[in-house]
Amino acid sequence: MGPACRNIYTIGKRELASFFASPVAYVFIVIFLLLTGFFTMMIGGFFERGQAELGQSFFGYLPWLYLFLVPAVGMRIWSEEQRMGTMELLLTMPITPWQAIVGKYLSSWLFLGLALAMTFPVWWTVNYLGDPDNGVIRCSYFGYFLLAGAYLAITSMTSAMTRNQVISFIISVVICFFLILAGWPPVTDFLATKMSQGAVEFVAAFSVMTHIEGFQRGIVDSRDLIYFVSVIFFSLFTTGVILRSHRAG
Amino acid sequence: MISVENLSKHFGAKVAVDGISFSVERGEVLGFLGPNGAGKSTTMRMVTGYIPPTSGKVTVGGHDMWVDSVPAKKLIGYLPENAPAYTDMTVKGFIGFAAEVRGLSGAAKAKAVDRVVEMCFLENVLHQSVDTLSKGYLHRTCLAQSIVHDPDILILDEPTDGLDPNQKHEVRNLIRRMGEKKVIIFSTHILEEVEAACTRAIIVDQGRIVANGTPEELKAQAEMAGSVLVRVNGATKDAVSRTLGAVSGAATAKILDSEGDRVVARVLPGDGAKNGGLARGIADAVFKEGWKMEELHTEPGRLDDVFRSITRPDTAAARKEAK
Repeated sequence: MGPACRNIYTIGKRELASFFASPVAYVFIVIFLLLTGFFTMMIGGFFERGQAELGQSFFGYLPWLYLFLVPAVGMRIWSEEQRMGTMELLLTMPITPWQAIVGKYLSSWLFLGLALAMTFPVWWTVNYLGDPDNGVIRCSYFGYFLLAGAYLAITSMTSAMTRNQVISFIISVVICFFLILAGWPPVTDFLATKMSQGAVEFVAAFSVMTHIEGFQRGIVDSRDLIYFVSVIFFSLFTTGVILRSHRAG
Repeated sequence: MISVENLSKHFGAKVAVDGISFSVERGEVLGFLGPNGAGKSTTMRMVTGYIPPTSGKVTVGGHDMWVDSVPAKKLIGYLPENAPAYTDMTVKGFIGFAAEVRGLSGAAKAKAVDRVVEMCFLENVLHQSVDTLSKGYLHRTCLAQSIVHDPDILILDEPTDGLDPNQKHEVRNLIRRMGEKKVIIFSTHILEEVEAACTRAIIVDQGRIVANGTPEELKAQAEMAGSVLVRVNGATKDAVSRTLGAVSGAATAKILDSEGDRVVARVLPGDGAKNGGLARGIADAVFKEGWKMEELHTEPGRLDDVFRSITRPDTAAARKEAK
């Protein structure tokens, strides 16, 4: 393990341990599982639908759930460090700022991945009741893991902006909301009445909805992958720029 | 080991640090003094690589802090102001984390943690969560974090702030003990601390260095330094003032108090009359006149006076008074 990986690992491990040291992690997981269950069964009509698939009933609601839950997990990443003054401690240790940014980001992403993995009973149920295409479900899980990562990177960026967690939460919800709206069918349908087809497609290309669709149908398209990876990369890079400008005063 | 050249920091239009240069070598304990807002913390944050300077250069152990920062930071242990710590960890976990980031693991890590726990008297709170600690313990926990990797350079921002007198004493002893083999820079506004622990002191005011020297050198700059306080019996005010004012090396003799035959006077030294010469001259003069000597005392100079005379007051009331 190189020194960079070692530092990222050490920082990530501390971050993850501090999640589970407080009730935050458990509360989050319980709320997440309750809400996914509620949406899938009650609103999504999992049983009434009578189809062995998870796309509409389960995965379809995740972008909206994540809209609030991911910023709730990520809002503290940098705000807390700045408010408590521990950032001064962290960044005077022999690590580079990007190692700290990546380490903290990866640990929170891993946590979100863990919460997502704990929805396995719904997968198990659909297999018990019918004969779904498991490849599509695996692909959807992967896509939504990427979606959570993209939201989380945006939250990391807004969290670097302010030492107030509430402000960080609200700003990231707004940004993620725009990323949904830009490709949400009711909005794109409306835009189509005002703009040319090309312009609507251009706007929709910025949306997570446009890019999650492929995964939900079981297709890993390199364009969709590049979209999520570049949102993550850009947001983390901006996190670094913001933190540096805060320190420069 | 540390060299700071022409370091400046501007926050918008405000100049926090204005062209500070100094260097510190192994075995030195450098006290950083100054009123609140003088730029002490800003300077330390630049030296430790937390905030980038507007201009100037910091070199630590031969590494430029902004070009080659990781090797430079490896040499440093830093206790920031207000002793920040991760509140959701235990004391042991927190110190262990610091050790791990510093590259220690396994048995070496456990040994290092045990060593600093003992040095900083943290045995009682080892498994307690950091956010339940009292201020003294919190401070020592953060101090332990800064020395866990046995750094060559130790930078402490107000290390005794908020400690009780016993703890202050312990921390000062620790600084003195470690200062023999390391480089230590610490900031404070408690002057007795400088005398107790420093080999050299820098006084900063409004972002500039206004004095730099050993505590003794600084004290010698005090207005009263080298003056002699004398109390005699069996003399008159006028005679004392006249006779002692004429002693070689004396500038003037001021009568501070007189009651019956007893006179208390302060003799201020002229140029070049220090190191007790003035006191001897006064003693001779007193015996020659046949007065009875009750007290004779050479003022060593007080750091307080130096500090107050060369730094500008920062409260409105004090500023008004100074005018």
